[in-house]
Amino acid sequence: METFGSSGLLEWTGPILSGALVTIQMAIAAYLIGLVLGLLGATAKLSGSRALKGLATGYTTIVRAVPELLLIIILYYSGQQALNALLQWLEVEGTYDISGFAAAIAVLAVVEGAYLTEIFRGAILAIPRGHIEAADAFGMTRRQRFRRIILPEMLPNALSGMSNIWLILVKDTALVSVVGFQELFFTTQQAAASTRSYFIFYAAAGVIYLLMTMTSNVFFNRVERRVRRGQPGV
Amino acid sequence: MDYAWLTNPVYLEYLWEGFINTMILLVVSGVLGFALAITLALSQISGPRPLAWLARGITTVVRGTPLLLQLFFFYDGVGRLLPQIEGIREMWIWPILRDPFFYGILTFTVSVGAYAGEVIRGAMLSVPRGELEAARAFGMSRFKILYRIWLPHAIQICLPTLTGEIILLLKSVPLVSTIAVMDLLQAANIVRDETFLVYEPLLLIAGIYIAMTMVLTLGMRAVERNFPGVRPAGGTAR
Repeated sequence: METFGSSGLLEWTGPILSGALVTIQMAIAAYLIGLVLGLLGATAKLSGSRALKGLATGYTTIVRAVPELLLIIILYYSGQQALNALLQWLEVEGTYDISGFAAAIAVLAVVEGAYLTEIFRGAILAIPRGHIEAADAFGMTRRQRFRRIILPEMLPNALSGMSNIWLILVKDTALVSVVGFQELFFTTQQAAASTRSYFIFYAAAGVIYLLMTMTSNVFFNRVERRVRRGQPGV
Repeated sequence: MDYAWLTNPVYLEYLWEGFINTMILLVVSGVLGFALAITLALSQISGPRPLAWLARGITTVVRGTPLLLQLFFFYDGVGRLLPQIEGIREMWIWPILRDPFFYGILTFTVSVGAYAGEVIRGAMLSVPRGELEAARAFGMSRFKILYRIWLPHAIQICLPTLTGEIILLLKSVPLVSTIAVMDLLQAANIVRDETFLVYEPLLLIAGIYIAMTMVLTLGMRAVERNFPGVRPAGGTAR
């Protein structure tokens, strides 16, 4: 059996922790963008416009039916081409290389944004119609109505779904290792292969992911208490 | 878009093999995972303390770590320790333990067990106590209560959620291509390597996956509609 001392765990601690940091940064950035995509998607789905509705439905249907790994591979490679095609169309000189970091974030955001669209749509639909009509009767603009009524009323409904998506996102970051992006899982694979202590390294990475997800649970429980303040206790 | 390669029987053979393997992985780990899910749920609800803790622990770890990591943990981590067990190479089970396909099924089974286990646990807890008490009053044994009253009603409650879990399982299957199992994605990757086409094979299997998801959703909806005990009005009971 491999022993702890000879496993090379100590030498790899630094790289693995910086991989974990990359994973966290990537997850947070993708989540923020995903939240925006989700809000836009939900607004589009609930809007009167046929075209917007169709666009948003197509987005959520396709993204939710295709495996994440497959989407990540397709979007990762096509993103680069699409960007260059766009720049060419805009008649900007030269080609640009998107960094792997930005591409990974964009891909994860697009994937989780589709799930968040559905969560926000459901949460907005659960707001009593009268509240929204009352806001209109007060003469609030659409922005005021969104910020003062819809957002605070929808958040308690959406929060458990949002925390699920965050946990899924943290775990899905491991998938971008497949396109060669160096985050926690990729670094762990390198460490395991070079030291041949596969068991110890994968277990260690598991502990790190578990710490991330369990800390997130504590955080989301706090947020839930905050957004539910003013609601009668259950 | 160039799909001329689809006329090549060799590539079609790859895709077909990939499709069959994807289906085998889905069905086998779905069935085994469901059995494990019920075991984990029951252990937590009415098992002895140590068993309940063990089930709780397995569920937490599996749901808190990436599936890809679990796959490599079993395949590379556990799989490479096995040859150190004396005499294992002579045992009948050794050819199975060397097959990456086995690790795919193992990983997915554990994963389905943990995720669906939580769903079933919640559903079992929401079956009205009176029904279980009535069953006991009828003199049913614990086992009989479980399979006649408790489980059927619990599954009826969480059936739509279980449908979601099955689709999640289907979408997890391509992960096995990373340990060289010939699934649809692996088949597409081989075609990509040999034809130098970057997107076409990937887009084709994306289409296949969309179709499979739709068929699965429609199939499960039919199951939900015909599940005994579901009141016709409103679709889902409760």
